[in-house]
Amino acid sequence: MCLAVPYKIISKKGIKAIADVFGIKKEIDIRILDDVNVNDYVLVHAGFAIQKLDQEEAKTTLDLLREISEESV
Amino acid sequence: MKNPFKNNSQLIQLLQQVDKLLTLPPFTNRQYNFMEICGTHTVSILKYGFRNYFKGRINFLSGPGCPVCVTSQKDIDKVISLAQMGVRIATFGDLIKVPGSKSSLEEQMALGKKVDVVYNPLDCLKIANETDEEVVFIAVGFETTIPVIASLVLDAEKTGMENLSILPLMKTIPNILNFLLSNLENEIEGFICPGHVSVIIGKKPYKIIPERFEIPCVIAGFEPVDIGLAIESLVSQIRIQTSMVDNRYKRAVKENGNPAARRLIAEVFEQADVEWRGFGEVPASGLKLRERFSKFDAEKKFNIKVEKVAEPKGCICGEVIAGKKHPSECKLFGKECTPDSPIGPCMVSYEGACSAFYKYGEQ
Ligand code: SF4
Repeated sequence: MCLAVPYKIISKKGIKAIADVFGIKKEIDIRILDDVNVNDYVLVHAGFAIQKLDQEEAKTTLDLLREISEESV
Repeated sequence: MKNPFKNNSQLIQLLQQVDKLLTLPPFTNRQYNFMEICGTHTVSILKYGFRNYFKGRINFLSGPGCPVCVTSQKDIDKVISLAQMGVRIATFGDLIKVPGSKSSLEEQMALGKKVDVVYNPLDCLKIANETDEEVVFIAVGFETTIPVIASLVLDAEKTGMENLSILPLMKTIPNILNFLLSNLENEIEGFICPGHVSVIIGKKPYKIIPERFEIPCVIAGFEPVDIGLAIESLVSQIRIQTSMVDNRYKRAVKENGNPAARRLIAEVFEQADVEWRGFGEVPASGLKLRERFSKFDAEKKFNIKVEKVAEPKGCICGEVIAGKKHPSECKLFGKECTPDSPIGPCMVSYEGACSAFYKYGEQ
């Protein structure tokens, strides 16, 4: 039940935003995120954006993965 | 969006690395017990074949991390009794089929009682606005969902909504882990901490686990590579005899979580001792409405009185979520109890351990 899915923010107005998920546009609530901008990816749970997905950190995790994998070769 | 975290070739290399670690001491002679708290992790571990892959080397236990599964029989009976009173129920879909001691919401619907399934709790505002009936939202959930429920209560207050209330059944994670380790005899040697609860609470609340119990923790995401990274973290920590809270889901989980969400929770709710299925009442493991919002408390508003009841006979859900038994050890599993006619909540929810084992096979 704690599932959350990444959505991309298309536009925002006050505490609401329009976001895209798999090509479908939905209205979501962004009141618990301090700083969301158009084109950000956010994790959405029960209609609320609960966190911004950090692209840099995603990249770092993938780098870490590469490092771990290389150790095994 | 192409998802690099589903990447198979990197996962295979990662698993080879874990395989290598598992041939080294202290891993050589026995199986290690890791508990994943979150039901969505249970599903990922079974669905992507991790349980099978590590059979005999790592034993995955599913923990108390499916909100429906941990709801006590008495609390389910409260929900049913509200429906019987003729109150209009709004709920997440998972609760519909959970059997109370005498009936389920599904049965009540068949008898003509009104039950609305909502995805976003804020939809209750619309439902309540369009009717004169009393509407009650069944507020189950962990820290991931609680900010949303807090928003519902605040919006109901702001708009002067008189016919909307919530049945507060929310639970919080960190203290239940402490309870699992202090009070129940299980053999947990590593925790995979729930990713989306951690999005809200951050790393700090888990620190007591490595500090007091010397058990390694890892915060993980839900894609195959995320699970691989989590296992690698726990195995590496055990291998070098250290224990800490490792965050392997940094793209979503900030060190300090989401403080704005926690402020909302704190504005509306305060800590409470609450009842968990199989565990009884656990101190400071849930939330209740603050005094200012007491008129939104359905339990008070409708003066719900239910008897304390036993859990269904033969159902071992309580032991399953305590990490003491596997669903397959339940005599009713797959026989009397299936997703079509569930006996306990662990067979109802998509992320309940029994339902996940049923769906992806006992391996
Ligand atoms: S299989 Fe059914 S009866 Fe057995 S523990 Fe799971 S939910 Fe309960």
